[in-house]
Amino acid sequence: MERLLEVEGLKKSFGGVAALSDGRLELRAGSVHALCGGNGAGKSTFLKILMGIYKRDGGVIRRRGVEVDYASPAEALAAGIAIIEQELSPVPHMTVAENIYLGREPSRRFGGIDFNSMNRAAQALLDELEFNIRATRRMNDLTVAEMQLVEIAKALSHDAEVIFMDEPTSAIGEREAQRLFAAIRRLQALGRGVVYVSHRLSEIFEIADSYTAFRDGAYVGSGLLAEVRRQDLIRMIVGRELSEEYVKTNTPSDAVGIRVEDLCRPDAFEAISFSAHKGEIFAIYGLMGSGRTEIFECLFGLEKASAGAILIDDQQVTIRRPADAMALGVALVTEDRKSTGLNLLDSVRANICMASLPTLSPLFVMNRAGEADASRRMRADFQIKAARDTMPVSGLSGGNQQKVVLGKWFLRNPRILLLDEPTRGVDVGAKREIYRIMCDFANSGGTVVMVSSEIDEVLGMADRIMVMRNGRSVGTFDRGETDAQALVNLST
Amino acid sequence: MVSMSETRSRWFTAEQRRALIQEYGIFLAFLILAVILSVSNEFFLTPGNISNVLLQTSINGVLAVGMTFVILTGGIDLSVGSVVALAGIVSASFATTSSTAAVYGAPYPVVIPLAIGVLVGVACGALSGLIVSYFAVPAFVTTLGMLSAARGLTLIYGGGRPVPALTPEFRWIGTGHVFGIPAPVIILAVIFGLAWWTLTRTRFGRYIYAVGGNAHAAKTSGIDVVRIRFAVYVISAGLAGIAGMLLSARTGSALPQAGIAYELDAIAAVVIGGTSLSGGVGRITGTLIGALIIGVMNNGLDLMGIQSYYQQVLKGALIVGAVMLDQKRSYGA
Repeated sequence: MERLLEVEGLKKSFGGVAALSDGRLELRAGSVHALCGGNGAGKSTFLKILMGIYKRDGGVIRRRGVEVDYASPAEALAAGIAIIEQELSPVPHMTVAENIYLGREPSRRFGGIDFNSMNRAAQALLDELEFNIRATRRMNDLTVAEMQLVEIAKALSHDAEVIFMDEPTSAIGEREAQRLFAAIRRLQALGRGVVYVSHRLSEIFEIADSYTAFRDGAYVGSGLLAEVRRQDLIRMIVGRELSEEYVKTNTPSDAVGIRVEDLCRPDAFEAISFSAHKGEIFAIYGLMGSGRTEIFECLFGLEKASAGAILIDDQQVTIRRPADAMALGVALVTEDRKSTGLNLLDSVRANICMASLPTLSPLFVMNRAGEADASRRMRADFQIKAARDTMPVSGLSGGNQQKVVLGKWFLRNPRILLLDEPTRGVDVGAKREIYRIMCDFANSGGTVVMVSSEIDEVLGMADRIMVMRNGRSVGTFDRGETDAQALVNLST
Repeated sequence: MVSMSETRSRWFTAEQRRALIQEYGIFLAFLILAVILSVSNEFFLTPGNISNVLLQTSINGVLAVGMTFVILTGGIDLSVGSVVALAGIVSASFATTSSTAAVYGAPYPVVIPLAIGVLVGVACGALSGLIVSYFAVPAFVTTLGMLSAARGLTLIYGGGRPVPALTPEFRWIGTGHVFGIPAPVIILAVIFGLAWWTLTRTRFGRYIYAVGGNAHAAKTSGIDVVRIRFAVYVISAGLAGIAGMLLSARTGSALPQAGIAYELDAIAAVVIGGTSLSGGVGRITGTLIGALIIGVMNNGLDLMGIQSYYQQVLKGALIVGAVMLDQKRSYGA
């Protein structure tokens, strides 16, 4: 098979520090190649060099055997290399066709845009790919997964042969992921090459045929996925033996920590009842939009439930504002740490202390020593790797940012921990630490309620699992009595 | 992990650079400006002129301090110029000896008009703040409305006429001296000190930065975002009330057309001082220097005999240039 792309010894340093010291990759036509590595392994730097965003310090890139050097994403795209980024940036108020042909609109005789032929061309492209999306729909009416499909169509309309996908499933559900995978298989059949970047190993084994692993900015290995065991791949990524991905050490007690009875919120969910015990990790599994996040919003006072009751320690409680929930010992780690969990402009310390200022400084004036001490404690407890806690939290890796969010809430000594997708975008090593934190918390008598769309995580960490579909609970299962197949079937 | 140390050290240099620029860049610019002016004009560094510059800066400085609070939350207050006029004229009507412009029983003891001036500002700010925070109307629109409404109220209240003949006690806040320092300068210093303390040393200050940095995250951390937003408009307009009284006290009469376009100089001082218009980032010391730069520049150009028309062009260039340098620094890396 022909080699679409070969990369050898790619180097890039920032301010004298190597972000990438030896990046290698070999992509063949008709292959889906997984690029694996923890946060900070150099994957993004690698992609950015290939896309012409960063200039490399050394190394060779060959496109179909010819050495190339792209100075801008436009040049890379012209050479047939496209990227589907993790955070998509479509023009929301334009149609699908307008987005696909942005900057290349076919023009009519007097310089106007020829909308008819543009829509026709876009529709033909989408139909050929069997994406089942109308070219005249507005971008902001589409789901995230559909937007990704449009991005793929756009890449193909540029005749892209090499398509990078950076964590494409981080924001979509299981069913939509399957749709994406179908599209990827179609690309494969067309003889295109796909470089697939993801933290989710199950996905990698499902969709990719070969892999390249990076660690600490350097190539550590590559090969066919059929010839590598999952544990071996993890070891390559993490650089040490991880005996078990999911280490579960908590034991549920009989005492109920939080009970929810017939909770309703119009257009979100209906008649939700469950109880989570002290010492238990209770999971809510469902697709995006199944109402799982909205339950947390009601439990934390961000939104109002229209009916139903919440009981904490067998006492009925009223939660109108986040402050009410916090006073009752409830903590919420939100789904998207960047938009709702952290103040990215502020320091690690300020973020850790953000939810505890009234306790830390009961008077109007701040207790600076107390804050520094609290921050030091949380950084030690959670092994948050930051040079100093006065550095901006935006400078940390995803895993460490997530631990800052956890630290912010643990500083309040919560009794009930609501975790919404606690390990999204976090590498394997940091994931394990987060699981350890969850188990330790449960073992010390806390109650954990976790929302997750990662099946492995749910099955690996939860004691019981409530499955949601379209705003309703379709059953609660002990971890032993269900499996991945059953969860997917129930939730879709 | 090596990857950690890589982000760490890369970040360090960027932080040091940014910190140096944030802390000293604006001071440096100010010093250079001052040195150029003192070399080119022997009159610039005389005590009389320095006192004059500070006096001229005081009103804009007071407004800019309030503006900093608002902009740090990601808002904007366009109404301060009109609030200056309204508070100035209402308070003056309680402190005038003129029989036609006075309210019944005027002149009152000086504390009464002073309190009323602040209250007028606070009332305007409370209305804007309520609309911005509770009804979630964009600050630009809300305070644009207040800009028009407060100006109209000023004209209605005074019948379009100035309020002259203010009592000497009232005039003292604009013209008096303590140990040779003009009273408005002392008032600015006190307000600045309180603002610095609030923003850097109190919980409320930290909440302002948190709301401006990420309002969602602030809300999920249990911070009452609505209340913080409300409060900053009250502070801004309250300080505009004080500025309005300083202005009428200095000129001896309250004019209905006072304070026109003052909001622009206040915003300029904040922006030159390095505060981000999108909120969450900035320092009150930067704002003070920003206000001083504007004051020094106006004064210096006056001394050089350059027409005020040119001064406006230069000020415009300065505002855009300062932000341009800032952008280059943050994206140039």
